[in-house]
Amino acid sequence: MSGLRFRFLQFPWKTITKDAFDGTMTVAKFLLVFHVSDTYICTPTVTYGASMLPTINSTGDLLLADRLSARFGRIRRGDIIIARSPENPRKIVTKRVMGMEGDQVTFLVDPGNINSCKSVTVPKGHVWIQGDNTYVSNDSRKYGAIPYGLIEGKAFFRVWPLENFGSLSPGSHP
Amino acid sequence: MNYSLRNLNMSNLWHLTKASLTSGLIALTISDRYACYSPVQGLSMFPTFNSDNTTFLGYSIIGNMLISHFDPDDHVLVEKFCLEKYKFSHGDVVVFRSPSNYKEIHIKRLVALPGDMVNIPHSFDRVKIPKGHCWVEGDNSDCSLDSRSYGPIPLGLLQGRVTYVVWPPWRISEVEKKVSKGRLLHY
Repeated sequence: MSGLRFRFLQFPWKTITKDAFDGTMTVAKFLLVFHVSDTYICTPTVTYGASMLPTINSTGDLLLADRLSARFGRIRRGDIIIARSPENPRKIVTKRVMGMEGDQVTFLVDPGNINSCKSVTVPKGHVWIQGDNTYVSNDSRKYGAIPYGLIEGKAFFRVWPLENFGSLSPGSHP
Repeated sequence: MNYSLRNLNMSNLWHLTKASLTSGLIALTISDRYACYSPVQGLSMFPTFNSDNTTFLGYSIIGNMLISHFDPDDHVLVEKFCLEKYKFSHGDVVVFRSPSNYKEIHIKRLVALPGDMVNIPHSFDRVKIPKGHCWVEGDNSDCSLDSRSYGPIPLGLLQGRVTYVVWPPWRISEVEKKVSKGRLLHY
């Protein structure tokens, strides 16, 4: 019995506790750095759906979006942005900015009918967003201009698929 | 001797930098994900916040005392857990980005949620709140710029829910939910 107790006391508990604490701290610091860089600098996003078709594939592209330009108001016409959907706050949509505040935007209500033209002025503090694929996109043509505050970031780089690896140039869509 | 002293200073400096960086990161993460602290300016939520904010020529009147250079703004605790699932209820006091200027953060009371019908005061109009939107109003309807002028706002603009007044000390209290009767028509 006393031998067992001796061995228990001999066991390097102190070193083990210290190692465990150090390991936890390293993981926690990594998570902290990840969270801060994800919210303030740059975030990865996966896109689904056909609404941006000629520019972004419908099978799930991995894009990098930078948060700084949205925060400092550097979003311009033609940029691809990620934004919270005004219809469902838990959904993030990827669209292209077609008009900033004060712009006159002309769009087709029904993409098949060339005569169904409509023109609106974007109100103060709002942006007009549209998908590149006008036939299937659910965008500002349906719910109107969205407040700038819903914009989460500007997509600037494509990581996956590898054959399209590279930066997304603004306004590349005709 | 001199060399070792300088070495010690450098290592102290390095430790200090590391500690302050880490605490900064921790503070940022907590304020983003869990709760943050912010001052309330203006009188749009008058009986609830800034209720003893009677400034007169740079002096504040508190009870019978006249105090100079006193910051009369209430400070509140904003919790962010509700942003995980955007679960809000009628009568919550919420913090949101202004729909007309994304740099401004406003505090108002949530009156209606998606699917509700709202009666507009002093008129016979009713507004149906579209899905993913909500209706916000200040408690002090005389000097508040809110949904009565800009209509329903997207829920995505909400940044958190106000739970406690934490400063000044004599005003520490929980912020209550308040639902004004007769404003909503449920369908």
